[in-house]
Amino acid sequence: MEIIIPILAAAVRSGTPILYATLGEILTEKSGISNLGLEGIMLVGAFTGFSVSLSTGSPLIGLAGAFAAGVLMSAIHAFICITLKGNQVVSGLALTMFGTGASSLLGRSYIGVTIPGLAKLPIPVLSDIPYFGPILFNHDPLIYASWVLVGFLCWFLVSTRTGLNLRAAGDNPRAADAMGLSVSRIRYAATLIGGGIVALGGAYMSIAYNKMWAEAMTAGRGWIAVALVIFAIWNPGRAMLGAYLFGGVEAFQLRLQATGTSIPAPLLMMLPYITTILVLFIISVKKGRGLIFGAPASLGIPFFREERD
Amino acid sequence: MRKKALLLALAAVLVMCGAGFAFDAVPADKLKPGFVYIGPVGDGGWTFMHDKGREEMEKAFPGVKSSFVESVPEGPDSLRVMETFIRNGSKVIFATSFGYMDFVQEAAKKHPDVMFLHCSGYKRADNVGTYFGRMYQARYLSGLVAGKMTKKNVIGYVAAHPIPEVIRMINAFTIGVKKVNPKAEVRVVWLFSWFDPGKEKEATKALIDSGADLIAMHADTGAAPQAAEEAGVYVIGYNNDMSKFAPTKHLTAPIWDWGMFYKHYIGEMTKGTWKAGDIWWGLKEGVVGLAPFGKDVPEDAKKLVETEKARIVSGSWDVFAGPVKDQKGVEKIPQGKTATDAEMLSMNWFVEGVKGDIPK
Repeated sequence: MEIIIPILAAAVRSGTPILYATLGEILTEKSGISNLGLEGIMLVGAFTGFSVSLSTGSPLIGLAGAFAAGVLMSAIHAFICITLKGNQVVSGLALTMFGTGASSLLGRSYIGVTIPGLAKLPIPVLSDIPYFGPILFNHDPLIYASWVLVGFLCWFLVSTRTGLNLRAAGDNPRAADAMGLSVSRIRYAATLIGGGIVALGGAYMSIAYNKMWAEAMTAGRGWIAVALVIFAIWNPGRAMLGAYLFGGVEAFQLRLQATGTSIPAPLLMMLPYITTILVLFIISVKKGRGLIFGAPASLGIPFFREERD
Repeated sequence: MRKKALLLALAAVLVMCGAGFAFDAVPADKLKPGFVYIGPVGDGGWTFMHDKGREEMEKAFPGVKSSFVESVPEGPDSLRVMETFIRNGSKVIFATSFGYMDFVQEAAKKHPDVMFLHCSGYKRADNVGTYFGRMYQARYLSGLVAGKMTKKNVIGYVAAHPIPEVIRMINAFTIGVKKVNPKAEVRVVWLFSWFDPGKEKEATKALIDSGADLIAMHADTGAAPQAAEEAGVYVIGYNNDMSKFAPTKHLTAPIWDWGMFYKHYIGEMTKGTWKAGDIWWGLKEGVVGLAPFGKDVPEDAKKLVETEKARIVSGSWDVFAGPVKDQKGVEKIPQGKTATDAEMLSMNWFVEGVKGDIPK
């Protein structure tokens, strides 16, 4: 138990930035827009969150700034993919390159600066529960917020009319249009808000996890999130499990090394990716459609209102 | 007739080069040194320190106008960058990462009139010199401090990639630790990445959870010192003074001063005395050193560092002087021998006292 508790606590910690990015992307993709710009949006979020926290002294305003930056970044993507009906893959990749470059250019003067950042907030009473307390209830507020977000997204996508409309825009935009919904407006909203959530994942890296800015500090976590969306089969609950699994494997292999166990670390690090490939295989066999959660049928396909299919 | 003259001239040039003659003096304003960097200038580590050296050199030679290109991959792109420098009039190119080696050779063959200097490589030519620093000497000194400061005798070492450079540093550090504290062990965690602050922090926490009460590191950001400070554990940084990330727990850091090299080379080139060769400078020349000590470092540790430094600077002793045993207790460097530069450059075994594996 002594070894397992810190590993699980670390799994939650290091899974959280990926979780935010995955949740944001699920929201976006459920409306039919795929956004491969996660890495770039996370980096811009990390940079903005850090610089705003530094200048205002408030990590909360920093988070708000990061969210706004994510919305702005994905507005570019939304305009290209929804209004101009451009290629979503190309636009997403461009967004990643743009975000990486812009954040490192602007972040140059912040190298070597630290901020107090978001402090730990152990939840009274709950954090004293043996085992579960230190694993779940001895973290910073952003982690608790991510659980609220998971619950909210599940409820929103399954049980609300707006959620149903959003899924309709992603599964069958023609039918949604016939129902009198504005597919563009729904897709815009999902892309912008989803982008904001992704940026929070980046800001978590620079405000809560590390309290510093470093170039390209997300180190590929945006891409892991892209894979995790598929791993989760577009289900926010499963996304949480997956994010903690990815985070946990990393925490586990580092701790194995620290205690001097000689299991080859690269082997362990491959595990989550192998699982992702497996899940991909399974859902492509089962088609994975027709589920409330599952691949949106019109993912990545621009919707031309005036044309016949 | 003309052809013959040309051939003769060419032969003359070849003979001159072959004999290793010094290059002609180039006026300071004509040198236009071009620097090829592997990372961003803002990495706060390796490239950051090279660029500091470049600025130092410019200050020392006011006429010299240098330029740099950052984040150049170790591939054909680097050749393109060098060609661009030369087209813009550069007479000297500094390539600051190991992987540029073959591309430097290629460019040097095409441009025999341009001087090339390659950091950390081993391939040389008439117009290609190599340079590197004996960072292991500073690592050893920092190990002395670590050995003095650990209470639990468990020291954690956050390491980037299992390559000879990193292994050599771990070994030198451990030799320092063991000299003052034979009971201490150094536990290594590999990141398999030069640059991932999230992972660096998690690795630091893992080491602290496993019992380490002092952290040393070989990665490019300040994440490990920051994590150590948060956990209230002493830390030894790397590359540059990382005390900003751990204001109360930073003990010292082995650091680079590349400006020494750049000032030396530009000085020689403007005087016309530069010859292609290999320079591996260390503590003696001041290319490597230690960052200022933290306030908790006791006087006797500081004194010990001074005497050991004097021993290395005088040349009477070096870090990898035998007998040195590996992890299994097998003698790798016998009594009376010191590891050669080639042996150090290909080091792929851990010394006694390191706990951890080198992935094969």
